Amino acid sequence: MRATRLGAALAAALAATLTLSGCGGGEPAGTPEAARTQSQAPQGPVKLTYWTWAPNMDKVVEVWNKAHPDIQVTVSKQAGGDDAAAKFLTAAKAGNPPDLVQAEYQHLPSFVAAEAVADLKAETETVKGEFGEGVWGLVTLGTDGVYAVPQDSGPMMLFYRQDLFDEYGIEVPKTWDEYAEAARAVRKKDPKVYLGTFSSKDPGAFTGLAQQAGAQWWSISGEAWKVDIADAPTVKVADYWDGLVKEGAIDDTPYFTPEWNKALADGKLLTWPSAIWAPGTLESNAPKAEGKWAIAPMPQWNAGENHTGFWGGSSVAVAAKSPNRAAAARFATWLNTDPEAVGALVKEAAIYPAATKAQTALTEAPGYFANQPDFWQQAAQASAGARGFTFGPNVGVTYNAFRDGFDKALQDGSPFSGAVRAMHEATVADMRKSGFSLAS
Amino acid sequence: MTYSAKRRRASRRPLLAPYLFLTPAIVLFVLFLAVPIGYTAYLAMRRTRVSGLGLGGGSRREVFAGFDNFAAAITDGELWAGWLRVLGYGAIVLVVMLGLALVFALALDSARVRLARFGRIAIFLPYAVPGVAASLLWGFLYLPSLSPIRAVLDVDLLGATTVTYSMANVAVWGGTGFNMLVLYTALRAVPRDYYEAARLDGATETQIALRIKIPLLMPAIILTTVFSIIATIQVFTEPTTLRPFTNTISSTWSPLMKVYRDAFVTGDLYAAAATSIVIAAVSFVLAFGFLRVVRDRAFGEG
Repeated sequence: MRATRLGAALAAALAATLTLSGCGGGEPAGTPEAARTQSQAPQGPVKLTYWTWAPNMDKVVEVWNKAHPDIQVTVSKQAGGDDAAAKFLTAAKAGNPPDLVQAEYQHLPSFVAAEAVADLKAETETVKGEFGEGVWGLVTLGTDGVYAVPQDSGPMMLFYRQDLFDEYGIEVPKTWDEYAEAARAVRKKDPKVYLGTFSSKDPGAFTGLAQQAGAQWWSISGEAWKVDIADAPTVKVADYWDGLVKEGAIDDTPYFTPEWNKALADGKLLTWPSAIWAPGTLESNAPKAEGKWAIAPMPQWNAGENHTGFWGGSSVAVAAKSPNRAAAARFATWLNTDPEAVGALVKEAAIYPAATKAQTALTEAPGYFANQPDFWQQAAQASAGARGFTFGPNVGVTYNAFRDGFDKALQDGSPFSGAVRAMHEATVADMRKSGFSLAS
Repeated sequence: MTYSAKRRRASRRPLLAPYLFLTPAIVLFVLFLAVPIGYTAYLAMRRTRVSGLGLGGGSRREVFAGFDNFAAAITDGELWAGWLRVLGYGAIVLVVMLGLALVFALALDSARVRLARFGRIAIFLPYAVPGVAASLLWGFLYLPSLSPIRAVLDVDLLGATTVTYSMANVAVWGGTGFNMLVLYTALRAVPRDYYEAARLDGATETQIALRIKIPLLMPAIILTTVFSIIATIQVFTEPTTLRPFTNTISSTWSPLMKVYRDAFVTGDLYAAAATSIVIAAVSFVLAFGFLRVVRDRAFGEG
């Protein structure tokens, strides 16, 4: 009897501990490593912490630190992606965020809605002209505020295996119809090879494709949000890929998985509609194919158009709770507009800068694409045709619904358009629950 | 009880010492268990309320929500679907893992087995592999284009029905060794003369195992079962690690995954707090329920 009691109590205590420790992560996590000293501003240098996952950012920051002994920036390397956004939001909620943070455009509205980032309107007045309107809209969210300084952008292009296109006798598709035809032709020539794949794990890529078709998932009308994720262009894109996947013309292996890496390395995947940062990924996943890939503009929905969307791209935001806001804003504007800084960013971090002047200054193609000397000209052309887009305050919910919805659609063969509608419903339900004003 | 009472009376020391010894434990308990639990309960009763676009300053407030979050958690079909999946997964893991652990423990304990030391270590070793590493390792073995298993067996190991077994396999691989060790240790504590007496009475090795060893092992078996039930309820690592490899695992496959999703993907800490309390309650009921059912069988005669 005694043993039973003890055992039960032990089991219960253990159950409670383990279960709760599962959500214990909700507690303040991740304090910035470098000490942020609040009172130190007047005497001694200002110390700033910067969360980023851009490679070699410490080398770029080194340039600033040498020139500005009074403002010392410490880079804290992050994991990147959605995890990094969640970590920053948690740190902001806990009251000890870093001074500066790399914010992907789609996450910025969530940061603003959580009041985690500062309005830099006054500090960025002078650099506004350095950026194109599309990318500037991504950091103002269509409001009067400026919530970050744009760093890089990811206009989408079609990456394809030039050598294998020649081998199979395929023309570079100019429209999505031609892309579909090419996909079928490839399957006929070699059943082991696919022209491309549709990833149910990468909402960012799908968002870019929808943007290209002219989708507008969120917009602000007056004092209310208008949400229309299952709009006609998005459904068109979903139906298009649905058809190709169902008939077996296109694979459904998600991007960035071991399977996908292998297919790329083995030449079993001939195209990747991706963003300008793709050379880095290709280089590390398919090093042997160097010089065999080429770029072309995205296939168009109507022949003769020149539209594209964005996949990825980041800005640098200043935390609302940072005690050194002015210094942080100075660093953020320097990093993304100063020619020396942007030059270092391009060279060390291999980004495609958001600043217009820096884009035109790019001349030498990335090493992996040495066979394509007009790489940056092509990129600039694509960039010019990028369609504007506004992200909403709960992109996390939408993206999660994308993964679950498209996973399910691939699994049970239900239509992709149903998954798009599920994304819309999940997003609207979440916004309604939180109390956002919604225009109908 | 009486012994210590006597001592206390005899020595007439003040009662401070025991509390002094307890202080570190109590402080740790309060700081790292009671306070977080209390905070979780507090969070579960709150929610954010946004006004307008939610973009300007002060447009987001935290307000009292009462039991709304609990109601939402309990009425969410996904959570219960998750429980069902975990129940199926748990049934496989419990039966196979504990069954194997018992068989291995009995085999190692029986005198006939050579290489007992090597066997013990070999079976225990996977337990030392962290869950994430184990899941990744198996994940690569499951992937169609990389898997050597696929060369022999033409089954999609990450398909809609097979994925549960594939995950259970990871858990069994990792957990059998530990449970075997618990059972084996309990077996070694059994006086050898029981077996000798049984042998003199003409019992075979099988009969000894079934009639003597297993009944004596009952308390240890129950202990490992309770721990395994709790571990199964909290399954998170395997599905989360395997999720990028396949489209058969949703973000709410197991209840704990839903807590993680709510807290860190969709940014609703309050719903996550409420759900985690619901999970704790269910774990409590299951663990207690199991103990209640087996109590008389296990300890009734003792």
